[in-house]
Amino acid sequence: MSETHIIKQYEEELRLIKEKVLRLGGLVEEGIANSIKALVERDTQLAESTIENDHVVNGLEVEIDELCLKVLALRQPAASDLRLITTAIKIITDLERIGDMAVNVCERVLELNEEAPLKPYIDIPRMAEAAQRMLKESLDAFVNGDTDLATRVLAEDDFVDDLNRQIFRELLTFMMEDPNTISRAMKILFISKYLERIADHATNIAEMVVFMVKGKVIRHIKPQQENP
Amino acid sequence: MVDEKIKAEVRNLNFYYGSVKALKDINLNIAEKKVTALIGPSGCGKTTYLRCFNRMHDLYPNNRYEGEIILHPDALNIAGPDIDPIEVRMRISMVFQRPNPFPKSIYENVAYGPKVRGIRRRSELDERVEKSLRGAAIWEEAKDRLHDLAFNLSGGQQQRLCIARALATDPEILLFDEPTSALDPIATAKIEELILELKKEVTILIVTHNMQQAARVSDYTAFMYIGELIEFDKTEKVFTVPSHKLTEDYITGRFG
Repeated sequence: MSETHIIKQYEEELRLIKEKVLRLGGLVEEGIANSIKALVERDTQLAESTIENDHVVNGLEVEIDELCLKVLALRQPAASDLRLITTAIKIITDLERIGDMAVNVCERVLELNEEAPLKPYIDIPRMAEAAQRMLKESLDAFVNGDTDLATRVLAEDDFVDDLNRQIFRELLTFMMEDPNTISRAMKILFISKYLERIADHATNIAEMVVFMVKGKVIRHIKPQQENP
Repeated sequence: MVDEKIKAEVRNLNFYYGSVKALKDINLNIAEKKVTALIGPSGCGKTTYLRCFNRMHDLYPNNRYEGEIILHPDALNIAGPDIDPIEVRMRISMVFQRPNPFPKSIYENVAYGPKVRGIRRRSELDERVEKSLRGAAIWEEAKDRLHDLAFNLSGGQQQRLCIARALATDPEILLFDEPTSALDPIATAKIEELILELKKEVTILIVTHNMQQAARVSDYTAFMYIGELIEFDKTEKVFTVPSHKLTEDYITGRFG
């Protein structure tokens, strides 16, 4: 997509869609980072402001959606342009859901901050870091049409899944030893699940990027079928 | 194309306007009872290619064909030197860019082809005229004014009359050279609907500058550029994931 359209305004609209998707991605990344910071530092105020900020994400999602719809209706895009627009429409839904997940993390943080800390967080920040990296890489892959990077994101999802299972096992021992920890452990478990879901959404984005670039659907295909 | 019945096989087709080579080694099979669209920028050879099918080029001297267009089921090479163009045009009719009815009545326009073919009996002619006008979805509008001058019809109606005229000889292939470029959107939609209806009976080749039209009506799309066939595939594939960069640039509007 190096060459430009004969119609400059069309070119500008496509550029604007990409730019806004990136901005949405940036907001969502910040949301995850803040939610984990609020968790680790037990920062109630930061959790509240992060929840508050989610409406910006939602507003931007609607804005991009409308822009895509307009381009579909007015320009009748074809081939790579068409794939760009359909990809944008799908990934902004994933991004918006990631934003919701960050809000969910903050809600649990508010609840956890009402009680004494259960344990220091070690794996959760690692998991959050991995999920954030996956999100960032999937968006970089989107902007640059980089399928190699997108494919690497898919592989990273296993690491996040493993951490989620490990956190589950660890918290299970806490709960078995002392029923008083159940309420807090459950909340941490939810947070772990939210992060695991964020990584899944990043994976969806990466899969759509492969479709956008190659026109090949790789969703719902087991890894061994991917490379025939 | 593997699962399609082939109506015409085009093998190494070259075409020359005098010394100018306008088609370069075209290999392209036309599927039976499907719509094949030819797209490409002006001067790419799509109309030249279309006109080879009913030997329209024979009307001018110094034009020359090389290669073969094998028409099935009888494996007749219509690009061959000893072909009777009149006979080919009975089997392969054409509809042009602008409606071009003869300066005759509606009835006579449609009856003309069958008459050239030697049909004289009034009842048989009547039957063919009605069938063709019905086939072109203009019977209801024309039946009470069959002996009016064709020019009294609207542009869209005239174009459908021309389609009826093309149908009157029971052709096997219908060639459309930008059939809607002179029509308004409603008349265009009627012609497109008609094309989808007609492909139940005939094989259709359409040249169009309107890419959305190619996307809407065709099963297969061929993209041509400076006399060469660049890409040929299922229409859906060409418009979502084209294989060649040139095709991609053309259909997304990044050309030149």
